[in-house]
Amino acid sequence: MFNSLKGLVVTLVSTMNGLRAPVTRQYPDSGNLLGKRDEPTPVKDRFMGFPALTWDDEVGEPFCTSCMVCIRGCPTQCMTSVMKDNPLHEQEKSSRRKIVDSFEINLNRCILCGICVEVCNFDAIVMSHEHEMSTSNRNGDRLDLPALLEIGFKFQKDTDWIPPTKRVKVPKGGAAEESKTPAEAESP
Amino acid sequence: MTQTSENIVPNAEPVEMLLNMGPQHPSTHGVFRMVLWVDGEKIVDVVPHIGYLHRGSEKLCEGEQYNQVITLFDRMDYIANFNNEHVYVRAVEKLMGMEVSERSEYIRVILCELNRIASHMLFIATMGLDAGAMTPSMFCFRGRERIQGLFESVSGARMMHNYFRIGGLKEDVPDDFVAQVREVLELVKKDTEESDKLLSFNEIFLARLKNIAVMSAEDAIDYGLTGPCLRASGVDYDVRKAAPYSVYDRFDFDVPIGLDGDCWDRYYLRVQEVYQSIRIVEQALDQLPDGEVTSSLGRRLLRPPAGEVYVRGENPRGEIGVYLNSDGSDKPYRIKVRPPSFCNLSALRQMLKDSWIADSVVILGALDIVLGEVDR
Ligand code: SF4
Ligand code: SF4
Repeated sequence: MFNSLKGLVVTLVSTMNGLRAPVTRQYPDSGNLLGKRDEPTPVKDRFMGFPALTWDDEVGEPFCTSCMVCIRGCPTQCMTSVMKDNPLHEQEKSSRRKIVDSFEINLNRCILCGICVEVCNFDAIVMSHEHEMSTSNRNGDRLDLPALLEIGFKFQKDTDWIPPTKRVKVPKGGAAEESKTPAEAESP
Repeated sequence: MTQTSENIVPNAEPVEMLLNMGPQHPSTHGVFRMVLWVDGEKIVDVVPHIGYLHRGSEKLCEGEQYNQVITLFDRMDYIANFNNEHVYVRAVEKLMGMEVSERSEYIRVILCELNRIASHMLFIATMGLDAGAMTPSMFCFRGRERIQGLFESVSGARMMHNYFRIGGLKEDVPDDFVAQVREVLELVKKDTEESDKLLSFNEIFLARLKNIAVMSAEDAIDYGLTGPCLRASGVDYDVRKAAPYSVYDRFDFDVPIGLDGDCWDRYYLRVQEVYQSIRIVEQALDQLPDGEVTSSLGRRLLRPPAGEVYVRGENPRGEIGVYLNSDGSDKPYRIKVRPPSFCNLSALRQMLKDSWIADSVVILGALDIVLGEVDR
């Protein structure tokens, strides 16, 4: 009997604490049960949402050269892409000889593993913070190039994204092997 | 006078009835089906049916490159993802004869132990639910959520992390990692204490769990039980102590042992393991060295030399073993997993026999199976 009573005390204390600072949050609306509204729980910086393609603002084209490295590295084979000659390269505006013509990610198959981001040598793909993307039609989550670039652009804007290869090397280690990639990026 | 079959029909034969439990039964912790032969309320025999969640993970591994296999291991025991990743990357590292930096080993151990805590908290929550206690699950899920949030800030995903790499980690932990973990540990300790006070010695809970499905030490060993289910029967066997891997030999922790081998022991042992894991994480944080954690292998196509290895480790549910056979190509030739919950499940029949139907729920709950791992 005594232990049950002790349990009741625990619940009571916890309830009082909960009234003071509620833990439960409503979803998708922010705020808690008592109507105290605050921001919805933000995702963490490293959060891996759906993959998206990035946009090179300096040149005005996608980073992606359609090199297929990510497509081969993807465990679920959910991506396809087609490469074309870069018209901007002929006008000597861009250093990319080849550029992506079309790109498709089937987000229904994507398992958000982040391998594509890891293997890409051109900073062309990111794990965006997008994660609420349910649609009601069957192929609604097969995103093509413009849609992916749109998500990517939003991500770049929201997070002040700097291409990983251009980031200043932190001495604590970790970025060491990435510093050699810009050289490779010059010659696709 | 209570009505029994005798006083309705004189000299009636006891009638055995077939009762289907699962695969959609909420207390089967997934999609698991037990066909119970019952005589009244007593279970005469049980035939477990597994395979509803079979995805062919082992076969799939043969078609994936070594780095991609990590994502499949995440999905085997989906409650303890880091532990699964750990044993797989250790297997490949052993095959390649690779040294891993100290810092990455420490971070791996910290994350694995946190995952163990999260897994055990889920167990405490569901054990309470199985026995009819609602509130402890709230405390435990709150604690687990804190750990889950920490994982998200480290690996970017709450469950399927894909964070360990062959030869290191995907990237270094965030700068405030140590402070974050310490904060989470404090809160988690409180959460566990709360649910412990609430549930462990509650009279109703004790009545439901004490002396249910007693396994003797010999039986437990014979059935190949591992992990908490084995230790509850009084066998002092923990892979972290028996064959220390990673950096586990540098920590001072106890392996809790049960006395009777009943369901309550299996439950309470896990509660105590949470405290031990907290101890390990605290020590690991104190010792956490500086250094490199990433390895360039994550981005390269890996071709380990031909050969075979067997590596084992202590998962929250017991001993996991990975047998890896390589033919020197970029994909494993064969991967065989010894999943702890699958092996623990083999004792179900002995435990369920001659028990009551109402107890079958807690017996299965105390085994703490994860169907993703049983079926693979
Ligand atoms: S690896 Fe990068 S550049 Fe190559 S196709 Fe994938 S996203 Fe584009
Ligand atoms: S996150 Fe993983 S599954 Fe998704 S597209 Fe990238 S590599 Fe493929």
